[in-house]
Amino acid sequence: MKANKPIQSCNDFVIKFANVNGSGSASANELFARAIMRMGVPVAPRNIFPSNIQGMPTWYEMRVSAAGWLGRRGGCDLMVAMNPQTWDRDITEIASGGYLVYDSTKTLPHSRFRDDITVLGVPLTEICNREYSDPRQRQLFKNVMYVGALTALLDMEFAVVEKLIADQYRGKDKLIGANVNALKLGYEYAKANLSCPLGLRVERANAVGDQIFINGNDACGLGAVYGGATVAAWYPITPSTSVIEAFTSYCRKYRTDPDNGMARYAILQAEDELASIGMVIGAAWNGARAFTATSGPGISLMQEFFGLAYFAEVPAVIFNVQRGGPSTGMPTRTQQSDLISCAYASHGDTKHVMLFPEDPYECFTLGAQAFDLADRLQTPVFVLIDLDIGMNDRLCKPFDWDDQRRYDRGKVMTAEELEAGKNFGRYLDVDGDGIPWRTIPGTHPTKGAFFSRGTTRNAYAKYSEAGTDYVYNMERLRRKFETAKKLLPAPIVQRASKPSRFGAIYYGSTGPAMAEAFALLESQGVHVDTMRVRGFPFADEVIDFINEHDHVFVVEQNESGQLRMLLINEGEVDPKRLIRVLHYDGTPITAAFISGRIADALAEHKVTPIRKKVAS
Amino acid sequence: MTYLVKPKLLWDEAPKNALGYTKRDYEGAISTLCAGCGHDSISAAVVQACFDLDIQPHRVAKLSGIGCSSKTPDYFLGNSHGFNTTHGRMPSVLTGAALANRDLLYLGVSGDGDSASIGIGQFAHAMRRGVNMTYIVENNGVYGLTKGQFSATADKGSKSKRGVVNNDSPIDLVALALELGASYVARSFSGDKEQLIPLIKGALRHQGAAFIDVLSPCVTFNNHAGSTKSYDYVREHNDAVNRLDFILPRDQIRASYAPGSLRRIVQHDGSVLLLRKLDTDYDPSDRVGAMNHLQERHAVGEIVTGLLYVDSSGEDLHRHLNTVEKPLNQLGDAYLCPGSMALEALNASLR
Repeated sequence: MKANKPIQSCNDFVIKFANVNGSGSASANELFARAIMRMGVPVAPRNIFPSNIQGMPTWYEMRVSAAGWLGRRGGCDLMVAMNPQTWDRDITEIASGGYLVYDSTKTLPHSRFRDDITVLGVPLTEICNREYSDPRQRQLFKNVMYVGALTALLDMEFAVVEKLIADQYRGKDKLIGANVNALKLGYEYAKANLSCPLGLRVERANAVGDQIFINGNDACGLGAVYGGATVAAWYPITPSTSVIEAFTSYCRKYRTDPDNGMARYAILQAEDELASIGMVIGAAWNGARAFTATSGPGISLMQEFFGLAYFAEVPAVIFNVQRGGPSTGMPTRTQQSDLISCAYASHGDTKHVMLFPEDPYECFTLGAQAFDLADRLQTPVFVLIDLDIGMNDRLCKPFDWDDQRRYDRGKVMTAEELEAGKNFGRYLDVDGDGIPWRTIPGTHPTKGAFFSRGTTRNAYAKYSEAGTDYVYNMERLRRKFETAKKLLPAPIVQRASKPSRFGAIYYGSTGPAMAEAFALLESQGVHVDTMRVRGFPFADEVIDFINEHDHVFVVEQNESGQLRMLLINEGEVDPKRLIRVLHYDGTPITAAFISGRIADALAEHKVTPIRKKVAS
Repeated sequence: MTYLVKPKLLWDEAPKNALGYTKRDYEGAISTLCAGCGHDSISAAVVQACFDLDIQPHRVAKLSGIGCSSKTPDYFLGNSHGFNTTHGRMPSVLTGAALANRDLLYLGVSGDGDSASIGIGQFAHAMRRGVNMTYIVENNGVYGLTKGQFSATADKGSKSKRGVVNNDSPIDLVALALELGASYVARSFSGDKEQLIPLIKGALRHQGAAFIDVLSPCVTFNNHAGSTKSYDYVREHNDAVNRLDFILPRDQIRASYAPGSLRRIVQHDGSVLLLRKLDTDYDPSDRVGAMNHLQERHAVGEIVTGLLYVDSSGEDLHRHLNTVEKPLNQLGDAYLCPGSMALEALNASLR
């Protein structure tokens, strides 16, 4: 390979940091991402990390995109190679004409590099050893130092990074000085010894606007606070643990009684996932809003309880941050592979409500709404996100809340209504919407008590083995799920610039890549209408959308096409009309992948793109 | 089971408690268990205890798992909400319910299969958390609904109805509860309501995790010679360390006993546990001593009953979590939702 022209790009490239986990690199990398954002340029970082505490390889991949594309792009224009373990594969990954930043303290033979990339050595260890005596400092400041070097190499504003450090360590002035000093060391070394700037540059822009930068798990935790959850029961599991951590810290902040410091919430780390969902069901049966956060293996363990909550009609909210399955699968990689295990969780004929947030903004809004839906429908509601949304900071719309909004506690009969002689039958369909009335334990001394159970009962909650009672109940549950369709967030449609016989359906974390793929296809003259599904059971519009098109691509991140299965099953759609676009290697789906698959499939269907007219 | 429905009419002189309720107000649906089942006696003891304590029935939440014992909450306290959950998982559902509303009384009813076999994990963890509850195990050493298999509390060497000998070591839930930090631990016998009723009362008025193991013979599958959970065997080997008199704060203690024969324990709510000692050396505030005593007596085939351990300091899960006094399920929107202003400040910190 011989010298390709170095890549030239302003505000549109991918940087990858190859680090060792547990070395403190994550916060430095995040600092760097935020600095670019503060310069008004959108970034989409992704942590690719091992299931390990210390010593294994970890990568931080950062897409810089003035156009605001937040999906993963793939490829690597600039590699910051800080991990000798993965050196060879990291070097291989750099695009021809790309750049390599590395620690040049130790001389490496020429054979360890490539001729078609620009190699930029910074003697990080040497500088650190010279400047610091404490081994921990030597390690941590090495990270800040390469951020300094990159600031110079990419022509970024030093003052922005400096200010960010000041903001981050506000109140800990000692740390500000030390970090800024390390930043300067890296910056000055690069300025003096390397040719700055590179072909890759960050230039101040105005493409971030008022967006916020937060990860989906934090947003779910915040949504649970705003949604009025008072009980959280959970068991640690990657990648959902930080939902509870966020709920805990937001509760401490917003739900501590100012008078006496007491908690307006209860968070319990259970002994396992069975117990955590049991606690949620107990709390919700007793009238509190309650939730758990888990991932695939936890969903498997909770199955029996989901059936109980479905059949006894107890609200529950479950945040499922999906990871690669089956079994332990790929615990630190992303997938959308729990749709089926949630949609029909538990034995017997069951069906569950699911919500599919696209980004942290929707994690917050749909997360909060899940509690209203669970109370209104008296059933478990699954909020399905995945590791890509949950554990990566993402630019999104700022959070908003209508202060006039009141929690919808659903059909709860009060002591006054019971006293006034209102007919109470726990499983009686009074209103024709399939949703019965319930009472909260302790409501009235002599009226409204009932016995909840997973066994069949009549409309007045009395034990029954009569087939007619069973059928009445099952038919009512079916009506209840018809009602649910109308309460769930509507799908979002984007029409192609020209009428199209082709559609694409997608959901959740596929959103950013799909939006970019749509634009890419449009620019190639390929027109596909798209629909983002946000809830299950599907709104009628979803099935109508499929029926409007000859073929619909179902784009998702699992191996078996689980959304497609649900569409076929629930919408009675001809399977031939639903074309799979599946990505499931554990990395987030890309626009290039989607547009490539769609273009290939259209070619097979002999669809000729309408080429843009070339000026004659 | 009986097919006779109880008449609704009451005779005028039916005794009423301080709330004006008769015992009938504490009863539930007609039991569907076998005639002579020990569990029905326990249900009757629960009814009596709640009547005597003037408990408002709707202030009790009764929860159970799956099995014969777990069916019983339907047969008492018909004006209380009940929840027949899944097999072995009642403790977690009860824990969640208790978190939601600290003001109700929580009564968990379970069996030896439900708590010692499938549900031993949840049993253990509810005890160690100090959930404020009364947890009764109706212990017959056998699975009734599935027709007579051994449960994990069946003694080694005991014989099933079909003559099969159990070779596995038994689990003693009392020993486990002591080990795991339950703060009120008792064992009793369904055939001895004089002993059982006060123990239930003490447990209902105890703050913290109260556990009562009640030997409750299965007349159909485990009441034969060779069983160590039969009426005859339990009567012959019942080794009571004390007899409890439960005294409400409002009542005066009238009885007088010989010095040294009585132990008086004041519970967190002011109620008094008066223990008449049958074994003069037994100290119900000594947890380690209690565990030793249990093991020693079990080794010689005796079944230790009575109030075996009590710690009336009032520690419980809510105290550990520092939750507000008002039940969480009654906090209004304004107490829960931080509102739009807080969100704006948060947004600003995320840029």
